[in-house]
Amino acid sequence: MTARRLEADLRVAARVRAEFAAEPGEVLAVIGPNGAGKSSLLHALAGLVDAEGHARLGGTDLLALPVRERRVGLVFQGQLLFPHLTALDNVAFGLRARGAARAAADAVARDWLERFGIADLAGRRPRELSGGQAQRVAIARALATDPDVLLLDEPFTGLDVSVQMALRIELGRHLRDFAGIALLVTHDALDALTLADRVLVLDQGRVAQAGPPAEVAAEPRTPHVARLVGLNLVADGDELMTFTPDAVVVSLTEPEGSSRLRWHGPVASLAPHGDAVRLLVHAATDLLADVTPAAAAELGLVPGTEVWLSAKATAVSRYRSSGDADPTGR
Amino acid sequence: MRDRLGRPPVLLIVPAVLGTLLLLVPLVAMVADTRWQALPGHLTSRTALEALRLSLLTSTVAIAVCLVLGLPLAWLLARVDFRGRQALRALVTVPLVLPPVVAGVALRSAFGRTGVLGEPLLAWTGFAFPFTTWGVVLAHVFVSMPFVVIAIEGALRSADPRYDDAAATLGATRWTTFRRVTVPLALPGVVAGTVLGWARSLGEFGATITFNGNYPGTTQTMPTLIYVTRQADQDAALSLSLVMLLVSIGVLVALRDHWLGTP
Repeated sequence: MTARRLEADLRVAARVRAEFAAEPGEVLAVIGPNGAGKSSLLHALAGLVDAEGHARLGGTDLLALPVRERRVGLVFQGQLLFPHLTALDNVAFGLRARGAARAAADAVARDWLERFGIADLAGRRPRELSGGQAQRVAIARALATDPDVLLLDEPFTGLDVSVQMALRIELGRHLRDFAGIALLVTHDALDALTLADRVLVLDQGRVAQAGPPAEVAAEPRTPHVARLVGLNLVADGDELMTFTPDAVVVSLTEPEGSSRLRWHGPVASLAPHGDAVRLLVHAATDLLADVTPAAAAELGLVPGTEVWLSAKATAVSRYRSSGDADPTGR
Repeated sequence: MRDRLGRPPVLLIVPAVLGTLLLLVPLVAMVADTRWQALPGHLTSRTALEALRLSLLTSTVAIAVCLVLGLPLAWLLARVDFRGRQALRALVTVPLVLPPVVAGVALRSAFGRTGVLGEPLLAWTGFAFPFTTWGVVLAHVFVSMPFVVIAIEGALRSADPRYDDAAATLGATRWTTFRRVTVPLALPGVVAGTVLGWARSLGEFGATITFNGNYPGTTQTMPTLIYVTRQADQDAALSLSLVMLLVSIGVLVALRDHWLGTP
């Protein structure tokens, strides 16, 4: 396989209009709220939904090819392992479909199962596998065909936390060895931070932000990403401001002073967060605030309590908003 | 019969029991009427054996043809979006509700010696379907195919089409996907449809006798034999009917997981 750059500009019905590029060997995390078009983007690249525009890989436009000629490996949400085939036959399926002899395909498939540490499960059918094992088989099945582009649609969803952790580390290792381009749709900031070289933030079908994980985490442009990394995000003219929930002061009366950094609204929910109590307040935008349990009791905070929030200017980082979409999504 | 929602009303229980009796009594009466001493003689008579052999042969050949033609047709209806799909499905269903005698008449018009297809066929090959064993197979295929297609289409529909998507992303052609994914996933339904079609074919009477007449050894199947025997020898007809009843029960047993397994 020759490593090639991917340049995509595609539209899927009214849902997605995304433009992005990826270098060979790069892992791109695709994050965004539900309905942002993450799965649609993946399915469009795989050819399972109709898309307009282009997705050039080297000199070829993937969108012009039928699904089976795209050399795109898709790990489906829920795996979709063939239930009537063993783990080995599932992994060998793509090789045999592309014309490999049974023995050769089985050998490659066995090798992939070994790399994922599940060679002993080769003879099992999908219903006899645990969630984590099935997901390993699904990833091995996609990788075994040596795809140019690997698409992973929320590979950790529905797995136990401990299984997620182990699989995340394992997947990271395989992605480092993978010469092609990987797109990883995820709900989890941790996936984006640990596995991805770059993060693509989708919001309402558009790319709201793209950049290295640390940069996106430090200066999020959408409320969704801000929430994922646990920051408050407020638009202020051309600028965006972020600040951590523990930098927010909560009071029942309007705070003294001249600061513009004050907001008013009802408490929507309270939940324990580490040693603190995290409040979600429906101010002009939704804001998070951490208070000590003692303070929460003293202020008599319950859902519906009207509170004032304020933040010190020194605790707020400001940066210019850019990009064509309204960055706050409102 | 305890029920959290209260006792089932008598107004529903009585008709249900009557319905059950109506279905059951004739079968029990038939078994009771059978003269067991004469049974071996009736079943080993030349005509009976020949009719049984012919029934099994024609039904089996017919179901093989139904499968070869019907499985692709069912797949087309279940998986390919094309104009007129609804119309085609309706068309396939017509023989299902058509009186079999009418099916026989229609087959005459198409494959009879002067039929639209039968006449050129006769001119070119000297072969004509009516009054031959192949004619029996043809009649069986005509009446059984809808059962097979409808049953298999249902099975293919209930197999998640996203598995087809998965196969395509792995590089499989539609033919490979059909062979290695779609059909294996729908296999229980395909088998059930096949058995159902075979049973329908075995009991075929109207279309067969209309299209092919009733010649022992060539076109006389069990149902036609039972019909003609009944006029002369009621006891022999009972014995032959018992065989068909046993076959029917056999089919039911074969399909029990498919139909009777779920409440």
